[in-house]
Amino acid sequence: MNVEFYKRFGPELDLGTPKVEADKSVSLKIDGAEIHVPEGTSVMRAAGLAGIQIPKLCASEDLEAFGSCRLCLVEIEGRKGYPASCTTNVEEGMVVKTQTERISSLRRNVMELYISDHPLDCLTCPTNGDCQLQDMAGVVGLRDVRYGYEGENHLQAEKDESGSYFTFDPSKCIVCSRCVRACEEQQGTFALTIQGRGFESKVAASQDEAFKDSECVSCGACVKACPTATLTEKTVIEFGIPETATVTTCAYCGVGCSFRAEMQGDRLVRMIPNRDGHANHGHSCIKGRFAFGYSTHPDRITKPMIRDSIRDPWQEVSWEEALSHAATRFKDIQKEYGVKSIGGITSSRCTNEETFLVQKLIRGAFGNNNVDTCARVCHSPTGYGLKTTLGESAGTQQFDSVMQADTIIVMGANPTDAHPVFASQMKRRLRQGANLIVIDPRRIDLVDGPHVKADHHLQLKPGTNVAVLNSLAHTIIDEGLENEEYIQDRCEREAYETWRDFVALPENSPEALEKETGVPATEIRAAARLYANVENGAIYYGLGVTEHSQGSTTVMGIANLAMVTGNVGRAGVGVNPLRGQNNVQGACDMGSFPHELPGYRHVSDGTVRAMFEKEWQVTLDPEPGFRIPNMFDYAVEGSFKGMYIQGEDMAQSDPDTQHVTKALMSMECVVVQDIFLNETSKYAHVFLPGSSFLEKNGTFTNAERRISPVRKVMEPLAGKEDWEVTVALSNAMGYKMDYSHPSEIMDEIARLTPTFTGVSYEKLDRLGSIQWPCNEEAPEGTPTMHIDEFGRGKGFFAPTPYVATDERSTRKFPLLLTTGRILSQYNVGAQTRRTENNEYHGEDRLEIHPADAEVRGIKQDAWVGIQSRAGETVMRADITERVQPGVVYTTFHFPESGANVVTTDNSDWATNCPEYKVTAVQAYPVSQPSEWQRNFKAYSKEQAELVSKRKRDDKAKA
Amino acid sequence: MSDLDAKLIKMGEQIVSNCSFSNDQEVVIAKVADHLQRFWDPRMRTAIKKNLNDNPDAASDVLKNAVNQLTT
Ligand code: SF4
Ligand code: SF4
Ligand code: SF4
Ligand code: FES
Repeated sequence: MNVEFYKRFGPELDLGTPKVEADKSVSLKIDGAEIHVPEGTSVMRAAGLAGIQIPKLCASEDLEAFGSCRLCLVEIEGRKGYPASCTTNVEEGMVVKTQTERISSLRRNVMELYISDHPLDCLTCPTNGDCQLQDMAGVVGLRDVRYGYEGENHLQAEKDESGSYFTFDPSKCIVCSRCVRACEEQQGTFALTIQGRGFESKVAASQDEAFKDSECVSCGACVKACPTATLTEKTVIEFGIPETATVTTCAYCGVGCSFRAEMQGDRLVRMIPNRDGHANHGHSCIKGRFAFGYSTHPDRITKPMIRDSIRDPWQEVSWEEALSHAATRFKDIQKEYGVKSIGGITSSRCTNEETFLVQKLIRGAFGNNNVDTCARVCHSPTGYGLKTTLGESAGTQQFDSVMQADTIIVMGANPTDAHPVFASQMKRRLRQGANLIVIDPRRIDLVDGPHVKADHHLQLKPGTNVAVLNSLAHTIIDEGLENEEYIQDRCEREAYETWRDFVALPENSPEALEKETGVPATEIRAAARLYANVENGAIYYGLGVTEHSQGSTTVMGIANLAMVTGNVGRAGVGVNPLRGQNNVQGACDMGSFPHELPGYRHVSDGTVRAMFEKEWQVTLDPEPGFRIPNMFDYAVEGSFKGMYIQGEDMAQSDPDTQHVTKALMSMECVVVQDIFLNETSKYAHVFLPGSSFLEKNGTFTNAERRISPVRKVMEPLAGKEDWEVTVALSNAMGYKMDYSHPSEIMDEIARLTPTFTGVSYEKLDRLGSIQWPCNEEAPEGTPTMHIDEFGRGKGFFAPTPYVATDERSTRKFPLLLTTGRILSQYNVGAQTRRTENNEYHGEDRLEIHPADAEVRGIKQDAWVGIQSRAGETVMRADITERVQPGVVYTTFHFPESGANVVTTDNSDWATNCPEYKVTAVQAYPVSQPSEWQRNFKAYSKEQAELVSKRKRDDKAKA
Repeated sequence: MSDLDAKLIKMGEQIVSNCSFSNDQEVVIAKVADHLQRFWDPRMRTAIKKNLNDNPDAASDVLKNAVNQLTT
């Protein structure tokens, strides 16, 4: 096999100043060598590119040059003095010397000053061997410090160990301000400053607070930037400097950041964001950077387990026994209740290869199309809406495209919490002057953040997305702001005219809809102009768009808005879904939906089916199967009896928890494959231990269609990678699968999927990552889609009538509950709750406006009951003006808070994506947990006992 | 009527409202039928068809007509 998937990665080179793109090339001589570099490149970088490392301390490739340390000085022929090479740009014909007697002596002087105020405890310093100050002392040949160490110094400065993941030891600080600049330029939080002047100057977080109490969001950018041991990861302090590194991809959110997993043997010491990562360019957030401790948490289950009934204790068994037990149960159920009585769920947490295999198992071995994925409950409307209008179920751009946007619309998304690294990039563009329109019922951080302000915040009532989009579209038509030439060229005329005439109707005017949406007409009109009148308008959206009864219509409304203004098909524009989970795009691409084979092709298409049937050697069902909610409904009804669930925790994540648990309890065989005993496994009959992203090879596809490698850095704790488990289950069911490496699965995907024909592991190794479509027309992938024509040929303006949701506030349920996420926790929290991230967010809370709290007698931090027609739960109150009156908000990261006990079975008309974002509720002070919570606690206790009492099988091979 | 039957009708009517764009009833009916055919499992299509035969007053005319056009 010609796959170098385990290739070793050397140390990350730092060329000192950022890469510059320019059409013009400049040639110069450095230390006698002739060099050609793009115009605008620094002398330091040019030298680095020629293999000459100029000493430096305050410069880093991740940051703009600053020129404060004076260590990088050089001689330039014809110029006086010794300019700093980091702040001096190359010029045609320049002749540079980087080493002379005089330069050496000046550099030694600089180092001498630094070292005279630096502790000399190198041998016991945590970053011994990974310290740029130490390196530079060596490089400049420092032998002596004439000033002595007795003078005034900072050696007694106190350490700040308040942060969960890194320490701040000011005694080692050289005040190079790299940390301050990283926090500003890379992260955009502005938490750090240099306080004081001269000898007094020091780094301070916020108003000289402890890091934990400051505005710091623990992204780790300053820690990576720090050239000394001042800012150091606690894991490095504990374990020491890593020995090897492997490049892999974050398994949290849909940004898909590339990381260097830095190891000592098979211990992961730290995750360092990869500068060559195409999605993140060396940046990260708290989750990917620090929250990896869950992967070796003692809660990991490492042996397969089975039980006959969910009230029985578990029994550890061998892999063979567990798999043959599951296979026999499934086959028996099918014999008794029919082929279509079982189904399965692919996971957006797992790799493309694993997802592909699970749907193949269901279609091939189960012999039906009862396959779905957690995208059902998040971005299924994106699939439907973008396929209908543009012709491809995916975002149109790459993340970098935002750097060319002039007006950015963020709708129903909270990027600073849910997609932090992309948010940092967007904030960089906003600081450069791009306009921002936020459409959200809640005042998210972007509305009014450090150095970022929204030009318009359309604070709509939950459930009125389509009305707002129609009134924006109305304004564009009404005021003649449409791009007629683009529409004429690129879109279906008849559909356009029908849509245009519809949105132009007086009932769709901002004035007419003002009462319904709660957004002043003048704001809508101004926002429409700001989007339509610029060169490049870009729309980014999230689950606040999709998780509604009109989720699909909203997605189509967004696409219509982009088309009518000519904002699809080049850099800087586009329609961009921000995907929730790491591989939600991939799971959808890989054919996880019951009506679609991989590559979004309908199961009723005979030609496509024939191709798969030939490759897979089975007959495929031409009819769509059940979606997740249908599976649950039919389980309760009695004809759906068994499920294979890979890496999804529906008992916590899906709406109307009580309905979900009833459905799970009604089934005869529930097989859960996961790294932890999650909520769903409390209702399972077979538990198959999963592998974390560190324990397997494969690929993830992020929100920009970027396929990135996931590389194994440690052996699976339970002995099998997840794809191997699916292969074994399939073989146990009698449907043969035979792969020796995930690259072979990718080869099969490439053979069967037109948008993936050019993808291979060899190419991923070579290019780092690939954005699909990748095929003959685009051998290295496609950063921007729909350039000359749309995926479907002509763009289609889909009709978008506004249909108000049934979930309206009533006398009984006067408030509207909407749900969301927080930066430090991730989704159901199975991973992040098992890390120190809990110190940042330890419980879900109900956000409520002061006015609503006051009339109900609800006090800050007090218990409050929340009831909807589906159920009741209790959590603590957080009184805040982030939410508007009449709206309450919560997160769903903790199972016991039961946010989804309250959400209902209402769903998107086209895809059944649940309406998480609107539930009519009442809120009131209470003194004890709800009945559901009491039952939940009792059942969880019982299940925990069934686990701890499990029959151990020491022979069971893990 | 079972909870499930009622839910299928509710889902069907949601599709009708979101497709009720054209003034031409036939167009709307065809759109709704096409959606059900492409996205609903045949068991759900059969169930709603049977239910609407037994309970013709339980749904709008558009939904009933669309359901009648379904092949399974
Ligand atoms: S961790 Fe991130 S947010 Fe916190 S101070 Fe450092 S750069 Fe700023
Ligand atoms: S903490 Fe590190 S990066 Fe920041 S000023 Fe001090 S030495 Fe430089
Ligand atoms: S932004 Fe997303 S992908 Fe990047 S480190 Fe954070 S969680 Fe991981
Ligand atoms: S590296 Fe150039 S002045 Fe510090």
